[in-house]
Amino acid sequence: MTVTGNDPWAVLRAATRARVALGRAGDGLPTARELEFRLAHAVARDAVHTPLDPAVVRAGLDGVPVVEVRSAAADRAEYLQRPDLGRRLAPGCALPREGADVALVLADGLSPRAVHEHGAALVTALLDRLTGWSVGPVVLATQARVALGDEIGAALGARVVLVLIGERPGLSSADSLGVYLTWDPRPGRADSERNCVSNVRPPHGLGYAEAADVVARLLASARELGASGVALKDEGPALPAG
Amino acid sequence: MTVRRTTLGGRTYEFASLSDLLAKATPARSGDVLAGCAAESAAQRVAAQVVLADLPLATFLEEQVVGYEEDDVTRLILDTHDPVAFAPVAGLTVGEFRDELLTWAAEGDETSISALARGLTPEMVAATSKLMRNADLVAVGRRARVVTGLRSTLGLPGRLASRLQPNHPTDDPVGVTASIVDGLLQGSGDAVIGINPATDSPARTVALLELVDAVIRRYEIPTQSCVLAHVTTTLRALEQGAPVDLVFQSVAGTQAANRGFGVTLDLLAEARAGALELGRGTVGRNVTYFETGQGSALSADAHRGVDGRPVDQQTLECRAYAVARHFEPLLVNTVVGFIGPEYLYDGKQVVRAGLEDHFCGKLLGLPMGVDVCYTNHAEVDADDTDTLTLLLGAAGCSFVIAVPGSDDVMLHYQSLSFSDVLTARRVLGLRPAPEFEAWLARMDLLDADGRVRTLTADAPAARALLAAARP
Repeated sequence: MTVTGNDPWAVLRAATRARVALGRAGDGLPTARELEFRLAHAVARDAVHTPLDPAVVRAGLDGVPVVEVRSAAADRAEYLQRPDLGRRLAPGCALPREGADVALVLADGLSPRAVHEHGAALVTALLDRLTGWSVGPVVLATQARVALGDEIGAALGARVVLVLIGERPGLSSADSLGVYLTWDPRPGRADSERNCVSNVRPPHGLGYAEAADVVARLLASARELGASGVALKDEGPALPAG
Repeated sequence: MTVRRTTLGGRTYEFASLSDLLAKATPARSGDVLAGCAAESAAQRVAAQVVLADLPLATFLEEQVVGYEEDDVTRLILDTHDPVAFAPVAGLTVGEFRDELLTWAAEGDETSISALARGLTPEMVAATSKLMRNADLVAVGRRARVVTGLRSTLGLPGRLASRLQPNHPTDDPVGVTASIVDGLLQGSGDAVIGINPATDSPARTVALLELVDAVIRRYEIPTQSCVLAHVTTTLRALEQGAPVDLVFQSVAGTQAANRGFGVTLDLLAEARAGALELGRGTVGRNVTYFETGQGSALSADAHRGVDGRPVDQQTLECRAYAVARHFEPLLVNTVVGFIGPEYLYDGKQVVRAGLEDHFCGKLLGLPMGVDVCYTNHAEVDADDTDTLTLLLGAAGCSFVIAVPGSDDVMLHYQSLSFSDVLTARRVLGLRPAPEFEAWLARMDLLDADGRVRTLTADAPAARALLAAARP
């Protein structure tokens, strides 16, 4: 590592992404550092609270059939406090039992923004790779937790459900999408029965093609195994660090 | 099971069990709603508090919220209860006990309050806290004296220590060291330099232990290190002869929740014995460190007690303190806003929970600290954590946790910054642990008033410590 310039604190800054060597104003943070932090938190908060706009996702999907559903959580406040409601469909949500192999769910989760920014592109990348599978309509789910996919997958009669969901925003990553694969979806599946591909958010995190490759490999293995979860490992090449 | 009832304003309120009474009397929080045990109205909550106030403290020795036969935490609580320590308050109701505590606090009678610890059960303390306002929790908390030590002394009056938490997403030694140096230069680290490892591998744990140990030895810092790996990983590190100062473990208030953590009381005892054998202390022999947090049992679906009834999360949190207490810890902290809004929804709930946990822990005899923190999906921000930090400082909290710029880049949540600790110390007239304060002075990191100075990078201390951060 080379440290240039006259700032000896650069040694610390170059060593970590942590917010080191911020300086101080008295005992507090200097105004500029304080406002940087505040902005990062504000962006993360907005990612949690800006509602999913289905029109944005539909526009990106360019003709792929979309069905909209919502969970039993009535609003964002209830969603945040009652994860149990976010795992159940609202009464009256109808889904066609088409019996496709794969149910694809795009869920707002804790970052609707992640779905806005990466949802359609990741679905497109996945559809390109799911040639040996029949795929149902894209189910756009709001106030949704991962396990809502179990009920959706079961209602569609799918063999496997892929839930693409906005992950909890961090201070430096408010738009991260995760993919959860659950074989033979039905209500009551445990988290240990799922596989996850996390941190899809190019250019900083995983790219669409890389993520879709991993998911396609996991799907093939799950079909072979007849199961997903802890027993199923991705045997592909090691992922580059996000 | 005893049904308890009261009539208020012409309406009768009934509470089906002791756990139901405790839950309904609990100040509002999302986790109890999620568990299905919260009060259904504001009036019902007060009615429960009215009934609870008249309940003899001794009831909790006879009637359990989690059964004795099926839960080893309950057995630990009852089998180690000290009737002699309990004697001064044995005849009081919960309400009378609250009044007595406030009286002793007002008189500055630390001895009477602190001598009770082994005579109190978690359920007694939880019940009492439910009748207290935030200011009551502060007033009594600051008079419950718990002093512990290993290479620094914690919990002395007029002191506020901090855990320096130099986490890194890949445990990179250079990155970790940079955060350690940043914290030391700002007067943090007197409670512990404690790293949450990114993975639980024994080799990684040993490498991090050796890294922090080298920094501590190089600069002769009177503090201790900890890598917050699972206790079984620390046992492996001990077998390999690693420099283990502290055995860490997350613990919860039911046997089922602890099983979920992969922990038994025997494992904790074994690891503690291993660390004690190393004899690494200079001013004390407290070699364990525990973290807890309201909601941990519920999140593991291990929050039920007698007859399968849900127990409120604050009572369960206090039961975790009984586990910690048994192993004579150097440090215990609740992680108060980490677990998410489904357990503590907003700033009001987080502030309340932080004060409750500190009060209850101290009353039970724990060296109680708090990780004052929040996630981005909770209705909490830095204004709320400022409020809680200053209240905790006033309450005599043993230590808080601090990370560079409030941003934990490994665990992805916000805790306090090093400057937040300096602010709390300055505003409230608090100082670091005495041995560490003397070290700061030796390093010329304090100004004439004994406060951590604003550094320039060419100051000798900065140059010396920055040298550690050079790869």
